[in-house]
Amino acid sequence: MPKNRVAVIGVGETPFRPNVIDKTYVELAQDAAKAALNDAGLTPDDIDAIVFSMAPTQFMGVVDVEKWTVDSIWASGKPFMRVHTGGATGGSALHAGYSHVASGMHRTVLIVGADRVSDTPDAQRILNLIWDPFYEQDFALNTITMTALATQRYMHKYGTTEEQFARVVVRSRKNALKNPNAHLKGNITVDDVMNSPRISWPYKLFDICPRSSGAAAVVLANEEVTKERCSRPAFINGIGGVTSTVFMGDRVGPYSDAELCDEAELKFAGGEAYAQAGITDPMKQIQVVELYDPFSSIQFPQLESLGFCAPGRAQFLSDDGSFDMGATLSVNPSGGTLCSNPIGVTGLVRVADAALQIMGKAGDNQLPGVQNALSTAIGGSVQFANCTVLGADYV
Amino acid sequence: MAKQESMNEANVITGEWSVRYNYSIGKVAGKFFEGLKHKKILATHCSKCGLSFLPPRAYCERSFEPCDQWIEAGLEGVIEAATIVSAQFETLPKPPYAIAFVRLDGVSTALINFVRGMDLSNVEEAMQRLNPGTRARVEFVDNPRGRITDFHYVLAKA
Repeated sequence: MPKNRVAVIGVGETPFRPNVIDKTYVELAQDAAKAALNDAGLTPDDIDAIVFSMAPTQFMGVVDVEKWTVDSIWASGKPFMRVHTGGATGGSALHAGYSHVASGMHRTVLIVGADRVSDTPDAQRILNLIWDPFYEQDFALNTITMTALATQRYMHKYGTTEEQFARVVVRSRKNALKNPNAHLKGNITVDDVMNSPRISWPYKLFDICPRSSGAAAVVLANEEVTKERCSRPAFINGIGGVTSTVFMGDRVGPYSDAELCDEAELKFAGGEAYAQAGITDPMKQIQVVELYDPFSSIQFPQLESLGFCAPGRAQFLSDDGSFDMGATLSVNPSGGTLCSNPIGVTGLVRVADAALQIMGKAGDNQLPGVQNALSTAIGGSVQFANCTVLGADYV
Repeated sequence: MAKQESMNEANVITGEWSVRYNYSIGKVAGKFFEGLKHKKILATHCSKCGLSFLPPRAYCERSFEPCDQWIEAGLEGVIEAATIVSAQFETLPKPPYAIAFVRLDGVSTALINFVRGMDLSNVEEAMQRLNPGTRARVEFVDNPRGRITDFHYVLAKA
């Protein structure tokens, strides 16, 4: 159990856009850091340590980019680390910051990062290179084909249709209409998704997230600072993270210990976070989830592994509107990763958007009476999974 | 690392990386690739937990014991996951093509490769022939040279 209580007391996000040509990478990170500090009512001098959230830097094209960013985010003279777990990076960075405060090592931590995924013309070229050059890289693996493979398996297991995934896209883009930072948004139809160009079966173009540029930051504080500075914080009541084998081929078939298509790692990560946060019935106790969902098929297995419904049931709850804004469970009121994916901070954006709902600062997306919210992040070859439970009250 | 820079009209500096590497194969992968030259697929086996691994491992990640045997994988197996790619990605093959994780007979885990020899003109129809559980077999190239690309899969019943 943590030695000290930890809360989110400040959140900063820039708009997520295809390109941001009027700012450099480090200026984007600075915008988010400044916004989070302003939100928390703190100055850089009030921050004890900094965690930098950044995934592969080959998208934006500077090796060791954390080194370039140090001055822009006021890290000079402070403890500093970069955290990188691929798509799960932002969630892992948040957990590192949480541990700094929970342990009593630091009173305040700024978690910040930025990404510019469109600065290279084909991000999937980089994402093919995350596989080893001996056994897997030659076979056109990238994050699209990787999750398409898992999705084919999921559809075969549970009978899910392409149209059911298309409804997830429709809901996400509609939710994003009220999020000024969202990259993709709009009123689209299932037919629009179904008629978009085929990429890798079952994915069409609209089933896939955009390549976004933007930045995010979160300020964490211990109980003493939180009481002084924030009247409505988002307490971090539970965290869980688990890592799986790099080999997806180990997670299919009868000898698997964590089924690939079920995102089964989240059963373990969720179980740990729920135990800390006192969550025994997620569907009743949690009102908002911000899921890491770069593809339309990634919501259902997460919701099932996190205990919101039985395996294979999420598709039907989605169809009947149970995951719409203000329904039984509001899934990705921000529009989620399907609408904005600045990879190096996407997991942090999930935490930030969940925290904003608790803090009553979600703007036009604000839902009433949010007591508990959950965020997830997933990275590597569907390999790093983490989740965070935030609450209006400390448990 | 070679880096080329120039300014264009949009006030954006362009750059390009070209980086060369030498990847050491090591003993375990070395034995596997040597097997491929003889049209054999060799897996490592852990006698403590009974699992056999492809790609081969030096250590069993379930029992935390060294894999203590080599076995010859069957040259047929079962599809566990598959997709057909319709889009062109930079540096990747010209579409369409099919890829699949296939669990070869006698092995506990699945290995990815291309599935060749299929008519992919109708993606929906072709996907119906790649369902999990479908039998596939290994087909070697004529002159294997000790690379993972020395073989691919084809459907067992064409």
